[in-house]
Parts: sequence; structure tokens; C-alpha cells
Amino acid sequence: MTALGKLFRSTGFKLQAIYLLLFVLFAGFVIGYVGWNTRQVMDSQIRDTLEAEIRGLSEQYRVGGIRRLVSIIDRRTREPGASLYLVTTFAGEYLAGNVDSVPLDILDRPGVHETFYSPEDETGPRSREAMAHVFILPGGFRMLVGRDLAERERLNEVIREALLLSLGLVTVLACIGGWFVMSRVLKRVDGMTETTRTIMAGNLGGRLAVSGNGDELDRLALNLNAMLDRINELMNGMKEVSDNIAHDLKTPLTRLRNRAEEALRNARTDEEYAHALEDTIEESDNLISVFNALLTIARLEAGNTPSSGATFDLAETARSVAELYEAVAEESLTPVVVEIDPGLSLPVAGSRELAGQALANLLDNAIKYGAAEGTNAAPIVISAGRQRTADGRDMAVVEVADHGPGIPEAAREQVLERFTRLESSRTSPGFGLGLSLVAAVTRMHDGRLTLGDNAPGLRVAFALPLAPLSDTITPPSASGQAAQSS
Amino acid sequence: MPMRILVIEDDLDAAGYITKALKEAGHLADHAPDGLEGYALASEGNYDVLVVDRMLPKLDGLSVIRSLREQKIDTPVLILSALGQVDDRVKGLRAGGDDYLAKPYAFSELLARVEALARRRAGPTGEATSYRVGDLELDRLSHNVTRAGEEIVLQPREFRLLEYLMRNAGQVVTRTMLLENVWDYHFDPQTNVIDVHVSRLRSKIDKGHATPLIHTVRGAGYMIRDGAR
Repeated sequence: MTALGKLFRSTGFKLQAIYLLLFVLFAGFVIGYVGWNTRQVMDSQIRDTLEAEIRGLSEQYRVGGIRRLVSIIDRRTREPGASLYLVTTFAGEYLAGNVDSVPLDILDRPGVHETFYSPEDETGPRSREAMAHVFILPGGFRMLVGRDLAERERLNEVIREALLLSLGLVTVLACIGGWFVMSRVLKRVDGMTETTRTIMAGNLGGRLAVSGNGDELDRLALNLNAMLDRINELMNGMKEVSDNIAHDLKTPLTRLRNRAEEALRNARTDEEYAHALEDTIEESDNLISVFNALLTIARLEAGNTPSSGATFDLAETARSVAELYEAVAEESLTPVVVEIDPGLSLPVAGSRELAGQALANLLDNAIKYGAAEGTNAAPIVISAGRQRTADGRDMAVVEVADHGPGIPEAAREQVLERFTRLESSRTSPGFGLGLSLVAAVTRMHDGRLTLGDNAPGLRVAFALPLAPLSDTITPPSASGQAAQSS
Repeated sequence: MPMRILVIEDDLDAAGYITKALKEAGHLADHAPDGLEGYALASEGNYDVLVVDRMLPKLDGLSVIRSLREQKIDTPVLILSALGQVDDRVKGLRAGGDDYLAKPYAFSELLARVEALARRRAGPTGEATSYRVGDLELDRLSHNVTRAGEEIVLQPREFRLLEYLMRNAGQVVTRTMLLENVWDYHFDPQTNVIDVHVSRLRSKIDKGHATPLIHTVRGAGYMIRDGAR
């Protein structure tokens, strides 16, 4: 695109052109209106003067006849600033006046005319414009009284000049304004375009310049920068995930392969083969569940919100998950104590399924890692309630507290990352995805996950924003054959 | 009783594996490799259950189900999908599917679900008010459970668990089926939570009786049946 073409296409230029046109029309209208009205006033004044003179002269004619009229006109023509006078016979022969010639035909038509004339004292055919009143006197004499229109012409001239001058001024101002807008605004927009181009070309660290005066372009730049930050974050997340997957899935895959190979080499009996195959299936099931957890986390972090719009009761979810794990917990000698008021209801907008899975992961962790050292039967306590955050949001909070070794403060951020496992838990089964999933579910619901100290033990607070009171709780989906009694 | 099952699946390996295994389990299995053929077969043939893959050439799985439902063909459908997410399941069930199974799956899981669907169709319309397996009786109205005339006290959840097992008496129910139908959760609980619940129920039901009713089916799940049969 040429520089000129670019100029014509730019938004600033179009805006300027439109404003220029509007200003020109406005100025033209104002000046034209004033000029036209002034001219009307002048014309009617001239007409009135001519009318009065005609009346006076015809009165003189009536009193003193043609001789007296001629003498009066002779006298008047000698006065300075005199009007134009012409008296002729009915045939157009000159009798008196200061007009040398007028178009003959107008003398036969009484009334007011705008016409050309040649003044008596001038030589040559120079004709001038005049407004003339023709009157036919009794006896067939023609009398013409007129006024030179040079004055009116001068006014026209002034108005025309004013018009041209103002149009010129408006145009110059518009051009200066346009140049200002283009050089400031368009240069910034072009700068943004240029920056985004380099970002698209791979410079993901690039950010748009922000001038700091808080105008629309700054707001746009700030939003675009925030968007780029988010994209960068997601990209880094993706990269991290793929690195983690490469590292942490290769290990079980290698184990799987080794087992199959070993069975092929060493197994002799059908039973041994069957056993090896069962191990293989179990190992691949583990891998599948890791994949599922990873996919769920990735989806949640990508901002896909399943079953959005639904509302569920977090207190009910906590009770049912606790109930699901109660039996296992008792078997492992760390009973779960539910401290949730049976009448408590905590409506939360989101997915019951995901919240349930998050709570299940928390309880699962508490049972696996939260056993008290030494003393048996130190219970895992699950409690629920409402809480108002510092920034005034009402939250539904479910807390899971155990009496295990807890998580050192320094590691609390880290355990939320994918595939993080603390040294102390390396030996127990797991992949380090449980808390990452809880964190992802919390983020998706715009909630808050806090790992705290239970002295001793870990206290996890899983807080999701409470739904507005007007929302009614949609009952958990009755999936097919769910019993009607409960 | 053998069932007629139509498998609509474009992956020929998977389809061959499923139909072969279904036949080994004593059923009649047909196969359609794409959505259009699957739709044609399903709307003509008298099948007990359809197993439909979500992603199919020519006509996708959900469209097949929707078209069938529009034709008032209400053969139970089990949807197979590589997408195991919550919202995909909801979409599948909303399209008219009756059950949803994420790939990869264990064949025992597929078989148990297919059989449960077929039985639900063949069974008497409306829910029975009481179930009986051997000398075990469950009254759904009074919430009363007795074995050999002796009352057994169950927690509400244990009652629902037993109720579900008894409704599917003689059939395998898998752990995930129990989690879905008794707790209404679809996630993978990792630990053996279901096993512990079943073993508690079993201790209440079978303890002190000569013939156990609740059986563990290795590699698949559980089954309640009259041991004498």
C-alpha cells in the first residue's frame, strides 16, 4: 500500500474529512444566510426610496406639467449622490435625466426592474447595474427613477471574500488537527500493529507500549497485554505439562514394558502368564487414570466450564463424599468425623461432580498421608460452613483436617503443581496429581484453596463462592437407576 | 437368555474384539462400521441394546441416537467415547443415550452395563416394591430387610447399595456402576472405597449364614445371587 493510500484508508483521515465537510457546510450556510438577508433588506430599502421619489415627482408633474418635471430633475441630477433619472417621450426621446441609455423595452413596462444602464457623464459603452422604477405619466411621458446597485455588489463581494476566507481557515485548521491526530494516535496504533506483528512472529515476551495517560488506546494496550500474559501463562503451563508427561509417564510405561518383556522371557506356566497379564492391565489402568486426571486438569485450566449454570449444595457433596470414604477410613484406623450441621446448605454454582472429586481427593490424601504418628485413631475432621473473605465475598468452605505429618510451609505452593510428591510420600502409591486437580477445580470455580497447619497435621480449606440466594439448588442428576429411596 | 446387540463402531479392531467377546458371553452381536449403516440396522433390526461410538464416519454417534429417538425407537443405548469428561457425558445422555462408558474400558465393565441396560428393558415396567434373592428380602416401601425372617438393620446408604445389587440380581455390577448409581459420582475414586462398603454390607447380610449371597466377580465387580441356584 502506498503512503497516500494508507493515509486515505486511515480512520483519522476519514474522521477529519467528515468534520471538514461539516464545518464547510456550516460556515457556508451561516455566511450565505446573513448575506442573503442583508441583500433583501437593502433591496426593499431601495424600492421604498424609489417609490417615494416617483410619488413626489408625479405630484410635481400633476401640478406643473412636463416642464416643471424636467426642471426639477435637472436640478436633482446635479446634486451629489443623486439617484438616476430619465424622462422620455412616449416614443423614447430623451427629455431630461442623468441616464444616457437604458434598454428601450423597459420604458414601456411600468414597475421595478433590475437593468443595465449607461450613465450620462461616462464615455464608452460601459454599462452599470441599477434598480429602476418605471412610471408612465399621464400624457404618455415615461419617467424612470433608479438607484445604482454598486453598493449591493460591494456587499456581495465582501460576503464572497468572507466565505472564501473562512473556508480556507477551516480547511487549514482541519488539516492541522488531522495531522495532529494522525501523528499522535495513528502512530501509536501503528506501533501497536508493529508490536503485535513481532509477537505473532514469535517474540512472545513483547508487550504493547502504554503511554500512561489512561486514554482508550492505553486501556486497549493494557487489556491486550493482560491477554498476552494469560496466553503466555497457558503456553508455559502447556509446556510444563508436556515436560511432566514426558518425564512422569515414561516411568510407568517403561515399567509396563519391562514386565511384559520379563513375562515373555521367564513365565512358564499358564498361571504365570495370566498373572503377568493381570499386572499389565493393572498398570495400564493406572496410566489411564493418570491420563484422565491430566486431561481433566488441562481442561479446567483451559477454562472449559462443564455444566455451567447448575447449582449444587456443597454441604451435601461434602457429606456424601465423607460417607463414601468413611468405611475406608475406618479400615485404615483413621476415622473420618463429619462435623457438618445436617441442616446446613451451601449453594454453589458449578459442577457437583468436580467438587465431589476434589473433596474425594482431599479425603483420599488425608487417609493416605494423614495418619497420626504413634497414636491410633486420631480422626480426620471434615467440616463445612460459610465464610466472608477479606474482599467481601461470601464463600462456602469445606475443611479437611488430619493429624499426620502435614506439609512444610515452604512446600505448600509446590504440592499444588502437577506431579509433585514430597520425599516422605515417595514410597506410597500415587502420581502427585490429586492436589493439582483440587487446585484446578478451585480455580475454575473462582474459589480459594488454602493449605494450613493443623498443629500437628494438614488443614485444607476448600472454599467456593456461594451462589446468590435467589438461585435454587438443582437436584443432583438422577442418573438412570438411582434408587428412589434413600 | 441371549441378547441381540448391535455394535456401531468404526474401529474394526475394537469392534471385532467387542463382538467376539459378546458372543463368548452368550449373546448375538452384529456390527456396523459407520453411522448410516448403524442407523439403518438399528431402525430395522430388533435389538435389545445398541453400543454406539461417539465419533463415527458419515453420521456421528449422537446424531444416530437422536434420529432413532425421533423415530420413537427406544432401544437402550450405551455410548462409547474417548471423551470422558463430565460435560461430554451430559451431552451424550441428553442426546438420548442411556449409559456412557469412556474409552478405554474393561470388557467386563462394558458387558455388565450392556446386560444391565437390556435387563432394564426386558424387566417388568415400573419398579417392584420388593426384591427377593434366596432367603433375603428387601421391602422398598418400609425399608425393611430380612434374611431368613431375621431383620437386618442397614444404614441408608447400605440400603441403597443392597437395593441396587438386588435389582440387578444374578448380574455383575461393577464398582463404577455402584459409584454412579448409589452415590451419583462418575469419577475414579482411586482407592478401594466401594470394596469396603460392599464388604461391610456383606458382613451384615452373609455373616452367620451357610450360603453367601454377595459374590465378588474377579476382575469385574460384584453380584448378588442365590447361592443354591
